[in-house]
Amino acid sequence: MSQPLTYVHSRTAVLRDENIDTDRIIPARFLTTTERTGLGKHCFEDWRYAADGSDDPAFPLNQPQAKGCAILVAGRNFGCGSSREHAPWALLDYGIQAVISNEIADIFRGNALKNGLLAIVLSDAEHRWLLDNPGVELRIDIATSSIRLPDGGSIHFDLEPFARHCLLNGVDQMGFLLQQDDAIGAYEQRLEKAA
Amino acid sequence: MSARTLFDKLWDAHQVKAETESTPGVLYIDLHMVHEVTSPQAFDELRARGLKVRRPDRTLATLDHSTPTLPAGADGKRPYFTKEAEAQVAKLEANVAEFGIDLMGWDSPHRGVVHVAGPEVGATHPGMTIVCGDSHTATHGAFGALAFGIGTTEVGHVLATQCLLQRKPRSFAIHVDGQLQPGVTAKDLILHIIGKIGIGGGTGHVLEYTGDAVRALSMEERMTVCNMSIEAGARAGLIAPDEKTFAWLEGRERAPKGEAWDAAVATWRTLTTDEGATYDREVRIDASAIQPSVTYGTHPGMVVPIHAPVPAAADALEQRALDYMKVTAGKPIAGETVDVVFIGSCTNGRLSDLRAAADILRGRRVAEGVRMLVVPGSEQVRRDAEREGLHEVFIAAGAEWRQPGCSMCIAMNGDMAQPGQLVVATSNRNFEGRQGKGARTVLASPLVAAASAVAGRVADPRDYLNQEAAA
Ligand code: SF4
Repeated sequence: MSQPLTYVHSRTAVLRDENIDTDRIIPARFLTTTERTGLGKHCFEDWRYAADGSDDPAFPLNQPQAKGCAILVAGRNFGCGSSREHAPWALLDYGIQAVISNEIADIFRGNALKNGLLAIVLSDAEHRWLLDNPGVELRIDIATSSIRLPDGGSIHFDLEPFARHCLLNGVDQMGFLLQQDDAIGAYEQRLEKAA
Repeated sequence: MSARTLFDKLWDAHQVKAETESTPGVLYIDLHMVHEVTSPQAFDELRARGLKVRRPDRTLATLDHSTPTLPAGADGKRPYFTKEAEAQVAKLEANVAEFGIDLMGWDSPHRGVVHVAGPEVGATHPGMTIVCGDSHTATHGAFGALAFGIGTTEVGHVLATQCLLQRKPRSFAIHVDGQLQPGVTAKDLILHIIGKIGIGGGTGHVLEYTGDAVRALSMEERMTVCNMSIEAGARAGLIAPDEKTFAWLEGRERAPKGEAWDAAVATWRTLTTDEGATYDREVRIDASAIQPSVTYGTHPGMVVPIHAPVPAAADALEQRALDYMKVTAGKPIAGETVDVVFIGSCTNGRLSDLRAAADILRGRRVAEGVRMLVVPGSEQVRRDAEREGLHEVFIAAGAEWRQPGCSMCIAMNGDMAQPGQLVVATSNRNFEGRQGKGARTVLASPLVAAASAVAGRVADPRDYLNQEAAA
């Protein structure tokens, strides 16, 4: 069901804050939706809008140079907090295709990858350089798990092999699990016998 | 077989297929809990693919997050906060009917916050794998079950296949020795642990809480501890089951009965970490040194003993958190003016929590200008509390006695604080805006929350407990 994704090419936008939690990415009051779509307008809602509803210029992603950036570089422990998949849905709908940090919360990372949002963890030094150089143009290549820097250099990142396979081929994990039907059935039989 | 940790045993027992370099393992899920917020898109996915729920008998739903905590009006209409909230609840009701899933719904005597209601009906057993589209699923780890939160895509996976694709996390032992002092609770213990290892400290790990101080905790206290494992970044927290676990479970509606019970207990007794097994990481905590603890910042790791000075900000980001909270480095949190007190949630919304709060409030009044909400974690908790007359204590003190639900823990049902208000809350997250836009949250135990309600300022419960002892 998902589209194959081979690379992301964009300038970076930076949110230096550490521990950007899922409530900040998408506040709970927008979780009453029963859809996956349309959450982009509420992404970072309480951070990005001024009291009168206009864009707050103090929010880094409202800066002109951040507009249209598909790669978000964020402080340590991005996506901590709740399991709400609304967080990656909101980011994708907002236009973000990749999040880079030196630590990303487990559930968020899993949710993101399942939706085609790259969640990339780099070393502290690489991460710091990206935090300090907003607006650099990066090309993230999924097949080689590497990020090409403007000077031609490249950074390798770890990507779980199955997640990479699914991203590259647009494979959805539900399909893969459904193919395990025999093994699951056999497991359930063992379970019933033991009980 | 070589020595294994409790986590190893749970993991091994649920491998439908072991992981390989190129594919994650297929992990079988014994119990899937479902609520209205994180499930609608998953049911839609099933419909779109023409799939059924593989094991409705291993799936249990409840209503908690978007539900009002005020009773229905004379016209029978429930005071939903928004049309969307009402539609979301109606959608879960329709989905469970269509797919044949049990719902602890409006007409059920068991409805409640998913992690309060599940164990209470005896659905949570030692040795199980349990998941829910909710990060506080770790609560069930108190029974020696491997329990963790999942996203909505995975909710769909479990509905359709009863399995998840998972790579094995690492193990992390938290040994807690010594004894908690009077007035110091399980909540203070877990806040202290999170402060110590940090909110990313457990990332990639499953925690196992061990040691004398953990064994001394009641089941409800163990749930409080495991509940907040996610606030240290860990997806799951475990406590090996023991006689207390079995005694707590026996006779509950969904617990095994008769011979099946005896057989189950015999198996459950093997669910301990073997002598000589090693963890990937370990820390030691001295329970006797822990004080009543409160958060001062905008995540649960920013925590201090109630009388200790707020630490100076290490950088601009920490300063931003102090500014948001309107607290000053060098001054303690004790004494800060309180606007709202919230007692409830899957962390501290159980009967023992309400009893603790009532012990402080009995014969006293909530301070002028303070709004206090007491929200039982489930219908069962509500009934038990009312049978003991706890609701009368709360009402006499000037607090609001509500219907069960998540309420101000997540503030999506209309129960929320106003911008700038300071809330002392027994829930688990103090993120910016968690309890309403601009609301400032101080996480604390039910004792601290109740004492603060009486004082109108963040207060040490030992001052009140000691008074009683003296009287
Ligand atoms: S009480 Fe709070 S933490 Fe618990 S399930 Fe409800 S919203 Fe989540």
